[in-house]
Amino acid sequence: MIISKKVIQNKNLKEKIAFNIFRIFSAIVVLSLIAILSFITYNGISVINWNFLTQMPEDGMTKGGIYPAIIGTLYLVAGSMIFAIPIGVFSGIYINEYTKDSWYKRFIKLMTNNLAGIPSIVFGLFGMSLFVNTLGFGDSIIAGSLTLGLMVLPVVIRTTEEALKAVDNSFRLASLALGATKLQTIRKVVLPMAFPNIITGIILSIGRVSGETAPILFTVAAYFLPKLPSSIFDQVMALPYHLYVISTSGTNVEASRPIAYGTALVLIGFVLIVNLLANALRRYFGKKVKMN
Amino acid sequence: MKNIITTDKVNLFYGESQALKDITLDFLPNTVTALIGPSGCGKSTYLRLFNRMNDLIDNVKITGNITVEGENIYQKDTNIVELRRKVGMVFQKPNPFPKSIFENVAYGLRVNGVNEMSVLKEKVEFSLKQAALWDEVKDKLKKSAFELSGGQQQRLCIARALAIEPSIVLMDEPASALDPISTAKIEELIYELKSKYTIVIVTHNLQQAGRVSDYTAFFYLGELIEKGITKELFINPKNIKTQNYITGRFG
Repeated sequence: MIISKKVIQNKNLKEKIAFNIFRIFSAIVVLSLIAILSFITYNGISVINWNFLTQMPEDGMTKGGIYPAIIGTLYLVAGSMIFAIPIGVFSGIYINEYTKDSWYKRFIKLMTNNLAGIPSIVFGLFGMSLFVNTLGFGDSIIAGSLTLGLMVLPVVIRTTEEALKAVDNSFRLASLALGATKLQTIRKVVLPMAFPNIITGIILSIGRVSGETAPILFTVAAYFLPKLPSSIFDQVMALPYHLYVISTSGTNVEASRPIAYGTALVLIGFVLIVNLLANALRRYFGKKVKMN
Repeated sequence: MKNIITTDKVNLFYGESQALKDITLDFLPNTVTALIGPSGCGKSTYLRLFNRMNDLIDNVKITGNITVEGENIYQKDTNIVELRRKVGMVFQKPNPFPKSIFENVAYGLRVNGVNEMSVLKEKVEFSLKQAALWDEVKDKLKKSAFELSGGQQQRLCIARALAIEPSIVLMDEPASALDPISTAKIEELIYELKSKYTIVIVTHNLQQAGRVSDYTAFFYLGELIEKGITKELFINPKNIKTQNYITGRFG
């Protein structure tokens, strides 16, 4: 026989080794995630209770709850999404459905990618300069939301674009061939099919927005503000900044430690819930797209 | 009889390369014309001229004169949406929408402003019957079109095209992705539909062209080599290229 047994054995051995290497590396990913989660949970779970979630901070943030920070983060998430979702989704639609392959399209894509690569602290500085100072919003929810929204815009655009690209072109052709306009085709065929994936992109950006500290540092976040905002021109506390403050520059960093872990746990929990929600939504709409 | 589609000295360029060369060809109403030829000969490109689907490709340039029902369809003010309502199309791969069977057929009506349920119901039933699919799906109109077999999906696509009352139906290799039994059903259907519609069908399958069409046009390298009554063209081709192709010597 021209194929020697040895070569085959060798081949199979290599296959086994490669497979195990891949397995080990993926295990490293999973294990480190579990390690982080259990570390935070172990240290933070003791302070989590109803009061922690619904009370104002007390005693120089060494006692009490984190209610204003939770509400502040929720406001910022909502505010940035109000801004980023329409602009991002419409831009994505424009790029993928309307522009032909030209220098203009490549330019927009290049710009979007560059926008995605800008460090978040730079967005913070830009937001401060434009929204806080030039436009005169001051340190406020609106300034913070716009800054955060600007930061996640590329994520929304790119995921919208990818979601639309994943819709097979034959569906567009079929719709157009039936006398539908381009707008009707996008609205009735393409968008419903792309919707589950667009949702995923939006949820990802919610996760990103809720955890970012740098963009809100100079635009909205308050060091200590034990009351809720009354308008979009007020400052708020926010979970990531609160975490930063009580870990580094609180009145008594050691005494605040449990609260810091509790805050981290709430933040992670929030992102986790949002992700689970995204999955549920995606599955729901994915099914609906097929059945409807 | 008056021609329903005419093309006069039509040239088509994809950028620099010429895909159709000086094609002059007419189509009679209520006939089936098969466009045959080897891959890349331009027959599908030619077919897509009639509902202006080539417009969707970047960098396409078209010269010459093309009329549908007596009207030049490449004028500046041509209503493309209305043209596509008149000239239906069935694609190579069945491509029903991810919607219910009913909504698939109703789609063309809805986008053209028909939303009254009684009208839709009547029209959907009529179209599905025309496409010989009604008996198989009448109890599951609300089910997803994806639950149908490939052959059923293709007949659904035909029903979808017929629902908006086109006068011409373009078919781009409509049975090439289907099994022999589904193919036979589609062919039978094409034969029956010609009493109401003008059908232009692109096919790779010469037997199919022989079975379903009244006229056959042979394309080669972007040129129209020969056109004639199907039986005559197959039995007694005038051009040596046609003869070589239909006897299987190339292609």
